[in-house]
Amino acid sequence: MAVLDELREAVIDGQAKLAVAKATQGLEQGIPAEVLLQDGLIAAMREVGRLFEEGEIYVPEMLVAARAMKATVAVLKPRLIEHSVQSSGTVAIGTVQGDLHDIGKNLVAMMLEGSGFEVVDLGTDVPPERFIDAIRAGADVVGMSALLTTTMTSMKDVVDAITAAGLRDQVRVIVGGAPITAKYAAQIGADGYAPDASKAVRKVRELLAV
Amino acid sequence: MERYDGLSIARSDDLVFGRCPRPLHVGGLVIGGGIVYPELNFTLPPMPVTGQTMPQVRDEYQQMADDACARACALQVPGLVLELELLPELTREPEWGAQVTAILRERLDAYRSSHGLVSALRVTPSDIRDFVRPPLMRAGREWERMVRSFGLCAQAGADMLAIESTGGKEIHDDALLDGDLGGALFALGVLACRDMAFLWDMIVDVARRRHVIAAGDTACGFGNTAMMLAGSRYIPRVWAAVIRVMTVPRSLVAYERGAVGPSKDCAYEGPFLKAITGYPISMEGAEAACAHPSPVGNIAKAAADLWSNESVQNVKLLGGMAPTVSMEQLAYATRLMNVASANAKAVELRDWLVESDAALDPQAYILRPDVVFELAGQIIAEPTPYLRTRRAALAALQVLRGAASQGAITLPHAEQRWLARLSAQAEQLPEDEDSFIEQAVSQIDRRKVNLDQYDLAVVT
Repeated sequence: MAVLDELREAVIDGQAKLAVAKATQGLEQGIPAEVLLQDGLIAAMREVGRLFEEGEIYVPEMLVAARAMKATVAVLKPRLIEHSVQSSGTVAIGTVQGDLHDIGKNLVAMMLEGSGFEVVDLGTDVPPERFIDAIRAGADVVGMSALLTTTMTSMKDVVDAITAAGLRDQVRVIVGGAPITAKYAAQIGADGYAPDASKAVRKVRELLAV
Repeated sequence: MERYDGLSIARSDDLVFGRCPRPLHVGGLVIGGGIVYPELNFTLPPMPVTGQTMPQVRDEYQQMADDACARACALQVPGLVLELELLPELTREPEWGAQVTAILRERLDAYRSSHGLVSALRVTPSDIRDFVRPPLMRAGREWERMVRSFGLCAQAGADMLAIESTGGKEIHDDALLDGDLGGALFALGVLACRDMAFLWDMIVDVARRRHVIAAGDTACGFGNTAMMLAGSRYIPRVWAAVIRVMTVPRSLVAYERGAVGPSKDCAYEGPFLKAITGYPISMEGAEAACAHPSPVGNIAKAAADLWSNESVQNVKLLGGMAPTVSMEQLAYATRLMNVASANAKAVELRDWLVESDAALDPQAYILRPDVVFELAGQIIAEPTPYLRTRRAALAALQVLRGAASQGAITLPHAEQRWLARLSAQAEQLPEDEDSFIEQAVSQIDRRKVNLDQYDLAVVT
């Protein structure tokens, strides 16, 4: 299917308009939306991830590819909903209360989106109750970031608040940031830790078994 | 307002550690007068900062200062600067920050009396204005708290005031990740420079009223964010190197409004500022690995007048508490530099430090004294912050292209592609600031920035 190859190529090159056109063409040719999603968009982003891991491209190139994917998913979405195709999962992500550092968090959000997850970006200086609200709204994973030694302790407050709200069994918790370690993640009762953005995506996949 | 239109240093060989044309006298130190002093910075171990924990917070700072001063005396340092970088909580509650300032002041005074340790205290309130998103830069509760923090800390015993201000960062972060040179120019050359002028008028006013030194402002949130992203291979190293040079006009604005140095340790744009203003600078590198990695560990020493560890948590190491260990590392690093100076070998040592890093990374290459001298000269020849920032980008790219073609730096294929891509973007940057702003405003995410906070209401 040439159109699938062209769709993948357009996403890898970050050409959003071309990607949308190719997806539309694919639908017109009778290719199922799920195939366009899996074998076109997600396959393209997997290749983008490989190029990034091998040092061939950088985040700016990943970002344009992710945007091309996002624009194309919007076109496919009505058909995907029609056929009850689910996303890989929803991740609510935020920088904890008292902390304003968000580049790391933004990178994780971008890479998760590019890997087919729904991302709810809660922003910075996020109090525990907003994480709770996101879980109640359907988040499968909560991701927390902190850069300061004095704000990392807020992560435990969030985990405790989730437990107190009776929601701990229905969500996975992942943490990261400069002062955070796997040991700290375990101490506060998180399910996972990732030292960088691409490993965060792997960890989320692992936690959700997707 | 001081205008800079040329370099204060006549030749690149005069851009060397420990010496500058306009040394500063503070607390018995002569910074830039021939001796490099250690500047030690430390922070709390993992713990929350609340009203309940403040007694422990105060104890932690007192113990860190005590131990560091004792070690400094044991190693016979010629003088010491302590830096207190206020955590956001200690700025949002200005009285708390002032309490810690008073503790450090008291400890430094005690060691001066008991051991003759000459010293000075730099206090750096946190720029808390972006607790509101989009940030309110000139009014509101966070601004008022920050202004009060500067005043109370000066009153409580700070000798020098500094900041890592963040004006324009709300736009710069996206530009950095997008590899968008125009966006970075808008953030640094338009937004950040305007904010610096406003902010530094306040800081200089506080400093004058309290008879303390208005020191400097680091572009940490811009240049060091880029350096960290490049270190993780998220963005190209050439892009981070260009950003570093583009931060120079922004940080220079503080000096034009009355700052006199020493610039902040994490301001790796410091050598450019020293070449232009003649004021002393603080730098950090190899001995700051406790806080973050960098590709410029040795070359950063080349023009340093204070040598810092950036920051270290108060945790126990085999050699002692981490701040005390840092104190020792800084004492030995500066001792070597000072012995080289005493033996008229400062330039020789400087050149070894430079040579050990310069060819390995474009971010190190642009810190070579001859390159700094060349770029600073081109930047300061331009009349406005916008044109200076634009020139910084153009000149840095030209230098990097030349270095790559001559084999002075080795760039992998992906870096070379980005050098070409950024160069193509640079050719599109107009000389006319108004038309650039009009174009930039139409492209940025307006939800992230309050343009009226940067005198840009007219173009909205």
